[in-house]
Amino acid sequence: MEEEFEPTIIAFVCNWCTYTAADLAGTSRLIYPPNVRLIRVMCTGMVDPKYIIKALLDGADAVLVSGCHPGDCHYINGNLKARRRMRLLKEILSGFGIEPERLRLTWIGASDGIEFANTIKEMVAQVKKIGPNSCKYQMVI
Amino acid sequence: MTDWYKIDRQGDDLLTDIRQFLKSVLELDSIRALLVPSRLPMKNNVMPALISRPELLDEADPLAPAFAVNSAKNLSRLTRKGLDANIAAVLRPCEIRAHVELVKLHQSASEPVVIIGLDCLGAFSNRSYQAFIQENEGAASEAFCKARLAGAEPSNTVEISSACQMCEQPIPEGADITLALYGVKLDEGLFLQARTERGREILDKIGAKGAKAPEERDQVLKQLIKDRTERRDQVFEETASAVNTIKKLSEYLAGCVNCYNCRVACPACYCRECVFTTDVFDHEPLQYLQWTERKGVLKMPTDTVFYHITRLVHMSTACVGCGQCSNACPNDIPLTELFRTVAHRTQAAFDYQAGRSQDEPPPLLVFKEEEFSEIVGVGS
Ligand code: SF4
Ligand code: SF4
Ligand code: FES
Repeated sequence: MEEEFEPTIIAFVCNWCTYTAADLAGTSRLIYPPNVRLIRVMCTGMVDPKYIIKALLDGADAVLVSGCHPGDCHYINGNLKARRRMRLLKEILSGFGIEPERLRLTWIGASDGIEFANTIKEMVAQVKKIGPNSCKYQMVI
Repeated sequence: MTDWYKIDRQGDDLLTDIRQFLKSVLELDSIRALLVPSRLPMKNNVMPALISRPELLDEADPLAPAFAVNSAKNLSRLTRKGLDANIAAVLRPCEIRAHVELVKLHQSASEPVVIIGLDCLGAFSNRSYQAFIQENEGAASEAFCKARLAGAEPSNTVEISSACQMCEQPIPEGADITLALYGVKLDEGLFLQARTERGREILDKIGAKGAKAPEERDQVLKQLIKDRTERRDQVFEETASAVNTIKKLSEYLAGCVNCYNCRVACPACYCRECVFTTDVFDHEPLQYLQWTERKGVLKMPTDTVFYHITRLVHMSTACVGCGQCSNACPNDIPLTELFRTVAHRTQAAFDYQAGRSQDEPPPLLVFKEEEFSEIVGVGS
């Protein structure tokens, strides 16, 4: 029998909020799928679009950028800059056939362990539905 | 402000009369030098030249269908570090738009430059231009100008660049002074439009006479822009479907050798140092082996699609459609088609148009508290 497709999700998470939420989800023993690789950053405002493009071209099935709610960013507005960059990236990448499900931005506060677990569950389910990122198998020049 | 002026024709030769007009501008005390496409003594080439002595404007050729570089980059060289004098520059509309973008990105200054914009008749790629001047010897610019204004093919062997064929903004909106070519009676005079106070002052000083707005112009421009827009939209459609998967994008770019000429030529590529030429991409030898072991094959040099997508992130909201990327590519990849197709969408996403106005901030330099909430969350 063919093995079920298990997506790989790269998540750039802000140290001050979503990373803490992920930690909380872990310590409160919330169950969420093990498909996510967390990359802790100091703020979503420092996630260079290059990292996201590289992850997707190298075969990550989806990328999540997650930070503090507007108003809560520790660097005042890093998250608002991140939102503009994500808007831009979505416009560019969708033209090259990268589905919206593969590129997500969320705001998850430090105490939102449950929200974090649900977000990952939801993303994994969505990406399973659309299938693997074809960049994983084909030569991208 | 739309004030029209007229300068009487001195003879039959349009180029001579335009040079005479430029001389009168350069003779003003307030203008130290003039940047204008000029015939070089070598090989009939036409390149932007900075000219300080009026009599040397006899080699100026702003009608030549040559467009070797986007002169917004030259203005950046001239003004970025601060220029304590005024100069004038004869620019194509897409050069003016690029200049506007570079000013907003603090790579250029607008104050020292009086911009004289010619209605744009289009240009050849560098290679086609060489073929064209062989065909036409000497009178190439006049022949080109006549043919284009009559709606005829200027050459039997080469076409104007694809960027110019789909350019829907051939009128120099951002100039201080526009020299009109479309929809004016050129045998009756040179028709000039002052678009700024500064433009008006200069036209007054050189003794140009006030004139009525040319009657047919609006109609001619409307039709021209309509035709070009149709052409453009067709290119957008074809290109979008040629690259609608990463696999197809890879195929589109398959000839790319990572020479990065396209970014050197691009006026919208604003980074002073490109990350793709830094140590970040000077990978460890073992890294290449690890990569190839994952997929079995690794095209070298690597990171080609990565480079182009990253470049789009940086420049697409500032792309002015000048076509210099295609002109610079040694492998004839239709880059302008690709970059404009993407740029049109990214600029629309931010309700922005590159080069439209000095007052609109570049989209990635600003943000608002309330916006784009539709892209936040995992719902689709
Ligand atoms: S991407 Fe090409 S068309 Fe756009 S501004 Fe740069 S050189 Fe000109
Ligand atoms: S100029 Fe052409 S070959 Fe050189 S990097 Fe750009 S696309 Fe590639
Ligand atoms: S500090 Fe969390 S998004 Fe800026």
